Formats: sequence, C-alpha cells, structure tokens
Amino acid sequence: MSSKHKYLNDWAAYFDETGKVTRFAFRFFREAVKPPYEFRELLKQCYVIGYQSLFLVGLTGFIMGLVFDLQSRPTMIEFGAESFMPGMIGISIVREIGPVITALICAGKIGSSIGAELGSMKVTEQIDAMEVSGTNPFKYLVVTRIMAATLMLPILTIAADGIGLFGSYLIESYKGDVTFKLYINKVINILSFGDMVPSIIKTFFFGFAIGLIGCYKGYNSEKGTAGVGAAANVAVVIASLLVFVLDLIAVLISDIFYEL
Amino acid sequence: MKDNTPLIEIRDLHKSFGDHHVLNGFNMSLYEKENLVIVGKSGSGKSVLLKCIVRLVDIDSGTLNVLGQSIPDLQQEELDILRTDVGFLFQGSALYDSMTVRENLQFPLRRHSKRLQRPDEDKLILEALESVGLAHTLDLMPEELSGGMKRRVALARTLILQPKIILYDEPTSGLDPITAKEIIELILKVQNQYGTASLIITHDMDCARVISNRMIILVDGIDYGNGVYQELAISEDPKIRAFFK
Ligand SMILES: Nc1ncnc2c1ncn2[C@@H]1O[C@H](COP(=O)(O)OP(=O)(O)O)[C@@H](O)[C@H]1O
Ligand SMILES: [Mg+2]
Repeated sequence: MSSKHKYLNDWAAYFDETGKVTRFAFRFFREAVKPPYEFRELLKQCYVIGYQSLFLVGLTGFIMGLVFDLQSRPTMIEFGAESFMPGMIGISIVREIGPVITALICAGKIGSSIGAELGSMKVTEQIDAMEVSGTNPFKYLVVTRIMAATLMLPILTIAADGIGLFGSYLIESYKGDVTFKLYINKVINILSFGDMVPSIIKTFFFGFAIGLIGCYKGYNSEKGTAGVGAAANVAVVIASLLVFVLDLIAVLISDIFYEL
Repeated sequence: MKDNTPLIEIRDLHKSFGDHHVLNGFNMSLYEKENLVIVGKSGSGKSVLLKCIVRLVDIDSGTLNVLGQSIPDLQQEELDILRTDVGFLFQGSALYDSMTVRENLQFPLRRHSKRLQRPDEDKLILEALESVGLAHTLDLMPEELSGGMKRRVALARTLILQPKIILYDEPTSGLDPITAKEIIELILKVQNQYGTASLIITHDMDCARVISNRMIILVDGIDYGNGVYQELAISEDPKIRAFFK
C-alpha cells in the first residue's frame, strides 16, 4: 500500500470513529429520556466518581494554588501590583486553571476507570449477561456513568477552585500579611457573574465528554485483556484532548459575549 | 405446547461477519426435556449460534423460532419477556464482579419482579443457591470464589427465573477434570429438578457422552452430523471421527 493511500485510510478511520462516537452520544440522549430510569445506579455512580476523584482533585487544586501564587508574586511586586494578587489569582483559577486542571485529572482518573471497567465487563460477557436478563446495559451502565460524570465535574471543579484559592491565600498571608477576610473580599469583588457562569457551564461539557469517551471506548472494547488496556488508555488520551478542544470553543464563545 | 413441537427450531441459519461465513445453513431442533449437545472445534461458531438464539447477535437469514416465536421479528419488549424463559450460562460465568453473589442473583429479578410476584425474593435467591450447594456464599464477592464455584453461582443466577430452556456455552471449559465432572452432575441434577430442556455447547467429548440425549456435530457452519453419541462414535466419516479420538 502506498503511503499516500495509508494516509487517506487514517483520515477515513478518523472520520469513521468520529461518526460512531456521535451516534453513541445520540443514543445516550435517546435512552436517557426513556423510562425505566436507573436512579439507584446513577446515585451510586455519582458517589463513586465524586469520591474517587475528590482527594486527587483537591490535592492538585491546593498545589496549583500554592505554585501559581509563588510564581506570580515576584512579577506582580515588580509592577507594584501586590494588592491585585488575590484578584488576579481568583480570576485565573475560576475562569481557566481550575476547570481545565480538574477536567484533565478527571479525564485520567474517571476516563480510564470507566474505560477499563466497561471494557472488562464487555470481554467477560457481563454486558451480554445483563442484556439477556432483561436489563438494558446501555441504560444501566452507560447512561448512568455519562450523567454522573456530567453532574460531578462542576462540583469537583468548585471544590478545586476553593481549595486552590485557599492555597494561594496561605502564601499571601505568609508572605504578604493578608487576612483571610480581606483575601476573600478581594476575590469576590473582582469575580463577576460573567466569570463564574461560563466557567461552570463548560465543566458540564468536560464531564460529558469524559464520560462519553470512557463509556464509548469501554463499551466497544476489543476482545481480550489487551483490548481492555487499550480501551482505558485511548479513553484518557482522547478525553484529555477533547477537554482542550472544548475549552477553546468555550473561550471563543464567551469572548463573543464579552464583545457584545 | 404439544409434545412434538420443538422448543427451539432452526432452519437454514446463515450468519457471517464481513466476508467470514460462520454459520452456513445450520439446522437443529430442541425438544422438551431434551439434552442436546453441539460439539465443534474452537472458532467454529458455537458461541455465535447460542448468541443468535437469544438475539445477542442478529442473524443474516433463515428461520429461528424459540418457544413458538420468531426471534428476528420480535419487538424489544417481547424479546425481553421471551428471554426470561431462556437461561444462558456464559463461557466464563460472566458474574458481575462489582456485585456480591446475592446482588448477582437479584439482578435478573429486578426487571421481572412483576411476573414473579415479588415478596420472597430472598427465599428465591436462597433456593437457587441451595440447588447448586452454595448457600453459604451469599455475601461473598465473585473474586473470592473458585472457578467451579463461579460456574455454580452463574448456574444459580440462570435458574432463578426458572427458564424453560437453558443454553450452556462450554460449561466445563477452564475447569479441572474433577470440578468439570461436578458441574456435569449438577447440570443433570438441575435438569431433573426443574425439568428444563438444555442446549449444551462443548468441545469436551466426555461431557458430551455423559450429558447428551442427542448430539449435533458442527462442522463448516452446518449441522454435519446428528445422532446419539454411540451412533456418531462409530461413524466412518473422517470429519466426525476426528472428534472421537
Ligand atoms: N462480534 C463478532 N465480530 C466478528 N467476528 C466474530 C464475532 N463473534 C464471533 N466472531 C467470529 O466468529 C467465529 C466463531 O466464533 P465463536 O462462535 O466464538 O467460536 P466458538 O465455536 O469457539 O465458540 C470466530 O472466527 C470469531 O472470530
Ligand atoms: Mg465459544
């Protein structure tokens, strides 16, 4: 096969895969609105997804707050803008760093665990077993996980934002003598509704993308244990990429609104 | 249902994946209270055949009737109801590994509780577990069970809806000979106790000999040989002889 041919095939495979993921997403919406609803499983998945990521997201958020503050301080002092520190950190964390870092951590943690879990259920015929026992496995496994990821990402992001800001406050109070109350006031003063709402909305999309890709890859996993590994691995890569793409789209859209 | 109408009737069944023809005009009938064993080499399409019967895999063409209903023509709801009458024991047991044994057995009941008039779910679960001799495993996780125990729990999970037909996909594969023998005895016991018809797929000829009333040899995607074990064992046909080494 000529290399040009192979190149075309890669593109064909890419579009083919995109089409399949899109169809998978449509199927999610179709099945999500159709009773019976799997509330218990949804709650369980929210708990699992939230709980299993909270520590990691919190820790990352905390370190992010410390590092970001320590790195920006010297520059801000140079410009004589030390008092703007809380505001600047607040805006950066809430608008951009908090959501994206949280989503990336979750793409790794949640994406891979959903991919591996559903993948191993697929290859050991557990999904077939559900199907023949009259439970729709797509509804029971996929719909609940995508919904749970979509609902939990905003909550995890808010937690990461809060902990990140607290980390930055610790540095500010240690190096700059800012009280907690003053710090919080400065952050709240500078943060507008227009900063909070779009950045929370986009985390729903991040969560949806992470759940979708993890489920798609796991649910369509190839036979064999290697297939399960590949499902988990590819899920993380694609979900992380999608987070950046969605973030770019979100920034472009909110930019349009700022201009108005 | 009259005595001579088959529970499962398959005529001229075709199934291929891409240009790989797996089933090429396969025929079979399964009658009431019968133990029909299908033997075939690994990769010959045995599992695909079983999956066609419960529509985990869609067939390309042919007739496929189960309990008098044409499988390809059923609506999803009708199919789900029919599936409660057809138990499926998967090759690797397929226990839900995030659930306890109890939850595994509860799972088939959750959608069919209306039909079964719910109240004594626990009693049903215990009964099914007792019939495979594993009542004490109720609160264990699948990973804490041995291969043979998993197979038994899977059988209990299949039995809990009291199906009219049970499909066994290589019930003894991956088990040591002694455990395999125990599973075979258990299948026969369950058979007598519940009066189900069984379709057993295997490449283990010992299992076939002990368990079968009748056998079909699956070669090249068709029902190449059909008869009782003793008949087939003395066949001159080289393709059939190959199984009796
Ligand atoms: N979903 C599928 N897609 C493509 N090929 C399949 C699928 N399922 C089974 N096959 C192919 O069908 C053939 C028969 O498989 P199977 O019925 O599992 O064999 P066995 O007789 O060992 O149970 C194999 O060659 C397998 O690769
Ligand atoms: Mg098989």
